[in-house]
Amino acid sequence: MLALVPVTTRFDAAACRGEAVVVVERAEAPRVLRTLRDHPELAFDQLSDLTAVDYLGRTPRFEVVYQLYSISRNHRLRVKVPVPEDDPTVPTATSVWRSALWAERETWDMFGIRFTGHPDLRRILMYPEFEGHPLRKDYPLMKRQPLVPERDPITRPWHRRTEA
Amino acid sequence: MATAPGALTPSRFVEPDPTSEVMAIQMGPSHPASHGTVKFNLRLDGETIVDVDVEIGYLHRGFEKMCEQGTWNHCFPYADRLNYASPLLNNVGFALAVEKLAGVEVPERCQYIRVIAGEISRITDHLTCLGMAANELGAISAGFYMLEAREFLYDLVEAITGARLTVTYCRLGGVVKDLPADMAERTAVALRNVRRVLADCDRLLSRNRIFVDRMAGIGAIGREEAISWGLTGPLLRATGVPYDVRKAEPYLVYDRMDFDVPTGTTGDNYDRFMVRFAEMHQSMRIIEQALAQIPDGPIAVADPRWVLPPKREVYGSIEGLMNHFKLVIEGQKVPAGEVYVATEGGNGELGFYLVSDGSGRPYRVRVRPPCFYGMAALGDMLRGRMVADVITTFGQINMIGGECDH
Repeated sequence: MLALVPVTTRFDAAACRGEAVVVVERAEAPRVLRTLRDHPELAFDQLSDLTAVDYLGRTPRFEVVYQLYSISRNHRLRVKVPVPEDDPTVPTATSVWRSALWAERETWDMFGIRFTGHPDLRRILMYPEFEGHPLRKDYPLMKRQPLVPERDPITRPWHRRTEA
Repeated sequence: MATAPGALTPSRFVEPDPTSEVMAIQMGPSHPASHGTVKFNLRLDGETIVDVDVEIGYLHRGFEKMCEQGTWNHCFPYADRLNYASPLLNNVGFALAVEKLAGVEVPERCQYIRVIAGEISRITDHLTCLGMAANELGAISAGFYMLEAREFLYDLVEAITGARLTVTYCRLGGVVKDLPADMAERTAVALRNVRRVLADCDRLLSRNRIFVDRMAGIGAIGREEAISWGLTGPLLRATGVPYDVRKAEPYLVYDRMDFDVPTGTTGDNYDRFMVRFAEMHQSMRIIEQALAQIPDGPIAVADPRWVLPPKREVYGSIEGLMNHFKLVIEGQKVPAGEVYVATEGGNGELGFYLVSDGSGRPYRVRVRPPCFYGMAALGDMLRGRMVADVITTFGQINMIGGECDH
């Protein structure tokens, strides 16, 4: 199955306990992900999960991790996209799988990785006024958040905001 | 008609066109008919839902961040509190993921115990979901009958683990204690009672006119969309896709069990209800087979790198004391690497993605909560429906706040 995956970089398989993993360059990611879904023998029709890992002190610092599963073929693949600290952006996968809609919002919320092209990239678990991204390794555990001014729910009931 | 001076003209009373105005309503976060703190920002045209924005995060407790602070064994109590309707399934799922990362194979008896405990938990999960679904539609008796059935199973869970809800039963490399000696008799009694209640509820609900009218055809989602939205478990099986992790990638001893995967056809709320109903009977079949097959033997690996020594040795020998100290203070040194392990939770695929850097603490713990993706798809299921359908559809997604918001 791995031989069909259209990428050049392979990952050290020993650390993954035999699971199929590939590393994809960020610029290549949209094309590769679409191919993974549409290739008749790969047919990864479901994005099981999307998250990130913060390897603080390593360059590039972040890795965005896609857990793919093919319901029709019953196989799994993990795709990892390295993301540098100074430009934490990744092209969105929302046009390929809809489950990326919320998963990317959560990854933005928790890690501050922006998904370019996402239609509605808001925080999801935290509130809009939250400062920082809590799952980053340099987020202080005991950090206090500032008080949020009261918001009138009648005049602004539908805050569909895009955060800076 | 002459108008008295100063009288209000009729135009002051009449809105331009009251039916054309879209009204924004916030439903929740603590709505009496939504079990779970979640807010629906609805835009209604009359009673029809034009748009809905689902707001979650009210029960966010930083599960993933907390897990990075302790040892691997410290994570098990947190895993309980993800899906508190079926804590044992989370426990088993997390244990399997850590054991794959550590390269530990648990003894056969332990695998059977985990299957039995997990399936009991799956029934309690489904009973909670269906009982509440009936309750919210006014069938309060049926709801309480199901909660009564859940009590029989909670008694079993209590006999096995010592707790009803916060079980913390699994550990890296095994389970905490063995099944009680009279497990077979207790289970036979409990399952007989559960079957009796389920038969009652089946007669009360499955062909009940009100119930069927409120459930059938509501909240339907197509097969392709369901897969694309990342739906798994009963939500996906209701659309006719027989995807069950226990069959697709058998773990523990599920490959030795004879059970069916019930599926629906239309993917609506009624099919979800019936799939869950049928799954409870399958789970009872699994429990009975597992109890018949279960071998004798140890319940945890005998390896001091992973499993705490018995208390007798901790207090009675220096080796046991040091072993205990190292495991508690430094944690189990799981080799560096990463795994993603999927198990079948109550609501669907419960996945754990773990990264270890070789120290005694997890570097990254990620849970894939099944109902998170169900909630993501909820907006699509509701658009164009009536506002009353929010309750049934939300109930059948069976959002568990602890799991969805981690």
